[in-house]
Amino acid sequence: MNDLHNRRAFLRAAVAAGAGWAAADLVQVEDALAWAGQQAAAHGAGAPPTAAGALTKAQADVVEAMVSRIIPSVDGRPGAREAGAVHFVDRALATFNAPQKKLYTDGIADLNRRASARSSAAGFVALSPAQQDDVLREVEQTPFFQAARFDAIVGTFALPTYGGNRDFTGWHMLGFDHQPRFQAPFGYYDADANRRG
Amino acid sequence: MQEQRPSARFRPSDLVDFAIVGSGAAGGIIAKELSTAGFTVVVLEQGPRLTETAFDHDEFGTFMRNKHANDPATQPQTFRASPAEKAVPQLALIYGRLVGGSNAHFTANVWRLRPLDFNEASVHGPIEGTGFTDWPITYDDLEPYYTKVDWEIGVSGVPGPFDARRSKPYPMPPLPVKSSGVLMDRAAQKLGLHSQPAPMAINSQYYNGRPACQHCGFCLFFMCEFRSKSTAMATMLPVAEATGRCEIRPDSYVARVEVGRDGRATGVSYFDAQKRMQMQRAKAVVVCANGGETPRLLLNSATPRFPNGLANSSGVVGKHLMFNTYFGANAQFEHPLNEYKSVQNTRIVLDFYDTDPKLGFYGGGGIDARFGKYPITFALGGLPPGSPSWGEGYARALAEQYSRSMFFGTHGTSLPVPTNSVSLDPSLKDAWGLSAARVTYKDHPDDLKNAAFLRSKAMELAEAAGASKAWPEPIAAQTNSVHLLGTCRMGNDPGTSVVDKFNRAHDVKNLFICDGSSMVSSSRGQPTMTIMALAFRAGENIASFAKRGDI
Repeated sequence: MNDLHNRRAFLRAAVAAGAGWAAADLVQVEDALAWAGQQAAAHGAGAPPTAAGALTKAQADVVEAMVSRIIPSVDGRPGAREAGAVHFVDRALATFNAPQKKLYTDGIADLNRRASARSSAAGFVALSPAQQDDVLREVEQTPFFQAARFDAIVGTFALPTYGGNRDFTGWHMLGFDHQPRFQAPFGYYDADANRRG
Repeated sequence: MQEQRPSARFRPSDLVDFAIVGSGAAGGIIAKELSTAGFTVVVLEQGPRLTETAFDHDEFGTFMRNKHANDPATQPQTFRASPAEKAVPQLALIYGRLVGGSNAHFTANVWRLRPLDFNEASVHGPIEGTGFTDWPITYDDLEPYYTKVDWEIGVSGVPGPFDARRSKPYPMPPLPVKSSGVLMDRAAQKLGLHSQPAPMAINSQYYNGRPACQHCGFCLFFMCEFRSKSTAMATMLPVAEATGRCEIRPDSYVARVEVGRDGRATGVSYFDAQKRMQMQRAKAVVVCANGGETPRLLLNSATPRFPNGLANSSGVVGKHLMFNTYFGANAQFEHPLNEYKSVQNTRIVLDFYDTDPKLGFYGGGGIDARFGKYPITFALGGLPPGSPSWGEGYARALAEQYSRSMFFGTHGTSLPVPTNSVSLDPSLKDAWGLSAARVTYKDHPDDLKNAAFLRSKAMELAEAAGASKAWPEPIAAQTNSVHLLGTCRMGNDPGTSVVDKFNRAHDVKNLFICDGSSMVSSSRGQPTMTIMALAFRAGENIASFAKRGDI
């Protein structure tokens, strides 16, 4: 949303070029675009570090490792770690998701126990990604894993005001371009229809 | 965008002409009709009044935290499938809780009914175990008011091959077609079906002081910050307030319709923002609180004179609840559709509006081309069955398919089953101490057969469109809905209906009820157009009754 001013300039240019539909509502549309731009800038700023949250640094590290295997970075695209999903988890556990805190702390301890049983490494965080996947497959039917999967998704794709999806990283991963305004054609299949008018 | 509008202010002790409960599709229109006809009006809305700056694109807050909808933490409900069961806490009736009501966040599909909808029970014959019956009005009675919705609210569209007679053309051309719409066109042509531009209450061009759609993509369950969505909030409430005779009073949760010793309504008692009980005096009351809250309010307004609830001598207040069915076929395509842009629907297929009786069940519906999934919803359930649900395969599928996915959504009938109902929970109270709604609902077997039939047609369309993968949405018993219909049905017989054909309560001369609860049958899954037309018709008639002292 950093190109707000460019879009305003675009609107003016569109009017100058004779797009009459835009002329009458330019002021209202500009107001709304300005609002959307401010809002997006504020949201995109992302969350502060986990200090004010519910988890210790060591616990947060386990959650971050876990969510980054649930939605990993693949093919050069960002994943839950890059989106800062752990910040969402931590903040939610400190507020509206507090009833699940024990589920998390027990689940984190369980992951560390399973990691230690499997290697001499110091806990889940120290395992290789492939080993972490092996451990997660053991627990994927548990309420803890299901909660963490849900939270990994929300933390990656919810508005950054909730703590994750930093700078809209999750939305970029999906190819979801969040703009207050688009014009046809919208996709591959409507290109011809909309070019014809 | 926050211009100061002139607005009346009344004290609760002022005797106003009308108190209207609810500010949504029906309440907003009736407020405009009555205030422009010269009457003083107070609209009581339980939710807050939000301006465009509060309209964000917050999927998590909106869908998962009840940010602008009724919140079970303070307004719990209970649910059971049949009267024999004990109802358990569960949200079943979902609605917008803000000035503008559910209409503020609706998807903006506005399908008219057809003549058949009004006398279908006579044509089809009775159906065992249901209250399936004709409406007390015809399509021709309602047609002028559908046209009012088109022109006063603002609808974009073009007539389709099966549409009922219309007295005026659409005021705006259709919105630009999306990729999903082009694929629907192709598929329909291949199958010998008819794809038509979807009629939408969204501006395709500058209209009545509101801008054209900017195609941001946040219509479904979101409010429009551009005011391009033609809602009663954006179109009717400003007109009502500009009369200087209408006050919109937010944060006012109506607890009871008050009735005097003569059996006439005297006003409404409500909790203000500080939870203090107030009473707004009024010469007449209009209840437009939605098909869930309207019957609950009437049942909560019981008195010794009306022991079964107000306006309920028939015993049908709350009964015949209809949800509509909504299932369909998911599809993925080779190239990006980018369905996250623009309005939900640009094409619909109405060839199955009225299913062949030889199929052995009652029903019908429409199929639309849409996406319907914002990022979180897509990540939770947008991939085909058997897809990885986490890990590298999952992340790759999300990234590849989000822009390539769409949904062929089917919208179907629900039969009016007497036991499907809104009643008062015998023990559960809300945060204001009012009896909670208890919902009993089990789809009629024909509803689910019809849904399965429509879904099979949606699958055929998906395949004919050239989907690289298509899979059906599982059909399961419905336990909640945003379509809340039929619970104070209109009819000529006071023994079997709650309101007459002008939306006046049979039992209380100065009480009117108009919203989804008035509907006698369920529509083909898109009831808002009819709710709005009924509201224009009721508003006009109530004004003329009041002018001649017949109220």
